[in-house]
Amino acid sequence: MSGLAPKHQRLVLVSVAMVVLIVAGLLAAWGLRSQADYFYLPEDIAAKPPEPGRAIRLGGMVQRGSLRTLPDGVTIAFNVTGREGNAVPVTYRGIVPDLFVEGSGVIANGRLMPGGTFEAETLLAKHDENYTPRELEGLSDAEAHEVLEKSVDQ
Amino acid sequence: MHGFANPRRFLSLAKTLTPILLAVGLLTSAGAVVWGLFVTPPDRLMGETVRIIFIHVPTAWLGMAGWMTIAGSSLAFIVWRHPLAALAARAAAIPGLVFTALCLITGSIWGRPTWGTWWVWDGRLTSMLVLFFLYLAYIALSQAVDREGASARLPAIFGLVGAVNVPIINRSVVWWNSLHQPPSITTGGSSIDGAFLWPMLIALLGFTCLFAATMLMNMRALLAQAQAEARLRRRAMEAEPA
Repeated sequence: MSGLAPKHQRLVLVSVAMVVLIVAGLLAAWGLRSQADYFYLPEDIAAKPPEPGRAIRLGGMVQRGSLRTLPDGVTIAFNVTGREGNAVPVTYRGIVPDLFVEGSGVIANGRLMPGGTFEAETLLAKHDENYTPRELEGLSDAEAHEVLEKSVDQ
Repeated sequence: MHGFANPRRFLSLAKTLTPILLAVGLLTSAGAVVWGLFVTPPDRLMGETVRIIFIHVPTAWLGMAGWMTIAGSSLAFIVWRHPLAALAARAAAIPGLVFTALCLITGSIWGRPTWGTWWVWDGRLTSMLVLFFLYLAYIALSQAVDREGASARLPAIFGLVGAVNVPIINRSVVWWNSLHQPPSITTGGSSIDGAFLWPMLIALLGFTCLFAATMLMNMRALLAQAQAEARLRRRAMEAEPA
């Protein structure tokens, strides 16, 4: 070490300290991995069912074709699916957010009932990472490009 | 890099760069915001609220880039004792704080119509709030050190330690199930349609120029303040010969 100029000693010291700090930070984040999850996925519920009546959050996709209004006219029922095809039936009474549609992401606050139905008290809609103009939805890339060209010309 | 250790050389460069960055920043951000607000089409799901992206993403980027500026300058100050580096770190703090606050505010406004809530304590939102508090602490610490005459190494060490939060913000939506969506722009490409992507990138460029211009102005102000104080001290010494 005596051969190093003071500024190089400081550089080595700061680099080692930063590496240790970042590793410590990453380890802490790793330790939080499951605790810091904001919600349970349907497969988590299937693998390790929480006790009925405990307040939890359930997150996943609203299964296409499963959304319906119950006979009382205000309660809606739908299935939430995860990555592995597990589905949890959910009921909810109230106004849904704008982004809540079939096939979109949803996070439900509520509790699992003894029958296996999840009774939601609040619903949050989860947006995915895709941003697409309304006109381009369902078009092929070439068609979408054409529409875009036209809109730019106007 | 040590060429700029000379404050006079730095000042003459800053004097020419500030108006250029300010003009370019104002023009491009104004242009990008007008483009984003009036020209881009509504999103397939979010409709008109998607337009918040043109403010939200640049402010989030600058909130994090601001802290990386503090950390980089702190490193240069501790290792090379670069005299302007401590000043650069201090000058980046307030713009960084403002952009972080704007990111939190616009994100909250965006969350209400799209998610159905103003705020949740998930990984991304919480780590961004932590960044906001880190800025407040850094500003308080560096001002106290400046006033009390303690070593400028204190805020520099704080700036380096606080940098641990930046990769956590960045990875928070990947590591944890979060209400915030996963990253749209990755090394694999972008899942944002070009109609939104281009005005967003231009807004990013414009806001970054504004950040740089503010930071240079701040550095010049800090230098002028230090010079004025030194002059006052000298005058007081001359008036009162020992």
